[in-house]
Amino acid sequence: MNSASTHFVPTSRVGIYEPLHQFGMWGETFKNNIGNGGSMNTPNHILIPNNQKLDNTNLSEDTSHGTPHMFDQEASTSRHPDKIQRRLAQNREAARKSRLRKKAYVQQLETSRLKLIQLEQELDRARQQGFYVGNGIDTSSLGFSETMNPGIAAFEMEYGHWIEEQNKQICELRTVLHGHVTDVELRSQVENAMKHYFELFRMKSAAAKADVFFVMSGMWRTSAERFFLWIGGFRPSDLLKVLLPHFDVMTDQQVLDVCNLRQSCQQAEDALSQGMEKLQHTLAECVARGGLGEGNYIPQVNSAMERLEALVSFVNQADHLRHETLQQMHRILTTRQAARGLLALGEYFQRLRALSSSWATRHREPT
Amino acid sequence: MDKVMRMSSERGVVIFTKSSCCLCYAVQILFRDLRVQPTIYEIDTDPDCCEIEKALLRIGCSTAVPAVFVGGKLVGSTNEVMSLHLSGSLIPLIKPYQSLLY
Repeated sequence: MNSASTHFVPTSRVGIYEPLHQFGMWGETFKNNIGNGGSMNTPNHILIPNNQKLDNTNLSEDTSHGTPHMFDQEASTSRHPDKIQRRLAQNREAARKSRLRKKAYVQQLETSRLKLIQLEQELDRARQQGFYVGNGIDTSSLGFSETMNPGIAAFEMEYGHWIEEQNKQICELRTVLHGHVTDVELRSQVENAMKHYFELFRMKSAAAKADVFFVMSGMWRTSAERFFLWIGGFRPSDLLKVLLPHFDVMTDQQVLDVCNLRQSCQQAEDALSQGMEKLQHTLAECVARGGLGEGNYIPQVNSAMERLEALVSFVNQADHLRHETLQQMHRILTTRQAARGLLALGEYFQRLRALSSSWATRHREPT
Repeated sequence: MDKVMRMSSERGVVIFTKSSCCLCYAVQILFRDLRVQPTIYEIDTDPDCCEIEKALLRIGCSTAVPAVFVGGKLVGSTNEVMSLHLSGSLIPLIKPYQSLLY
């Protein structure tokens, strides 16, 4: 039986939790093995967890499985000198094996520790370069190649600040809505919140010029937000779905306006979606043109490059749609309604970010 | 430019497009959803393509294509069309040209 492998954490994983109970086992072993080897009082059973056996138990025929008693050992060895020798040899062997295992285990711990330090350093470096790490550190999504693009690095840093500011504004909106404030104060809060969203669209426009695939991938957002991604951001129709339940009383005109807005928003969204499908289709055709399998692709790649320029326009157009949807809601609603709507919207995205974080850490709880 | 003037002042909705432009396609889909049959001019198949493009930009279109004219008047490019639609102002503009069917 290969007992060695069952004790150790595989080197491919930084398993911080599992070795803890093993360390307790080693602690006991050292207490009993100081000087080691020749001591007759080394009880074999401390080295062996209940269901696992060391190799040396196979050597002794008269050791019963389980816990041999101290008195039995002394009694039997005083009468049989060669048994003494055999038992000493067994102990020496067991202690030697134990030392080897300890050495290997400590080496593993050292390697893991070094790896952890290295990862932390890389993370720090990436942070300094302006790489925004989402709430749940989902290491599989860290695309380090992006930090090479200064436009993208700048965007990620700005986005980190944007989120901080967004969280502050959400708190302020909450306070302001629960307190008694004048409409003027409320209006300025609403204006700030709107401007903040428009600022994001401006940032995204610059980032799209730097690397449109990056913006489209949503890698700068958390994983749950990415699930709902539509052309580099949220769906304008989703925005309306999130907002509308929060308006208790609406005038007939408001109801009509909102109804029209929902319809026109959906139509515009559908039109853009179909345009994107066409773009994918023509791009695929372009790349696949000519003979495949002949090893030449420069002309196809070049013409595809031209088509990819259109992707930037789509991202900008999608953001324009988001901008206009927000703008129209602002026009239709009263100031107080708009404040409540913006709070609801902000909190919705906060919840998505929290969901991403919880999801990413769900396997890290010690069982 | 005469050609552009002539083409754009045709009755109904006129859209200048390029066959390779997918945003143009999106705008066409939108009008189709609004029950309008626009007249499409694909300028990249026209020998005067460059001239037409310059003329469209000069008239005031933010991007040369798609360039949307309704009843002879310039509405604009994708941005303008989308803004108008979301504000509810597009449908009144195209109402005379909407098909009664489907």
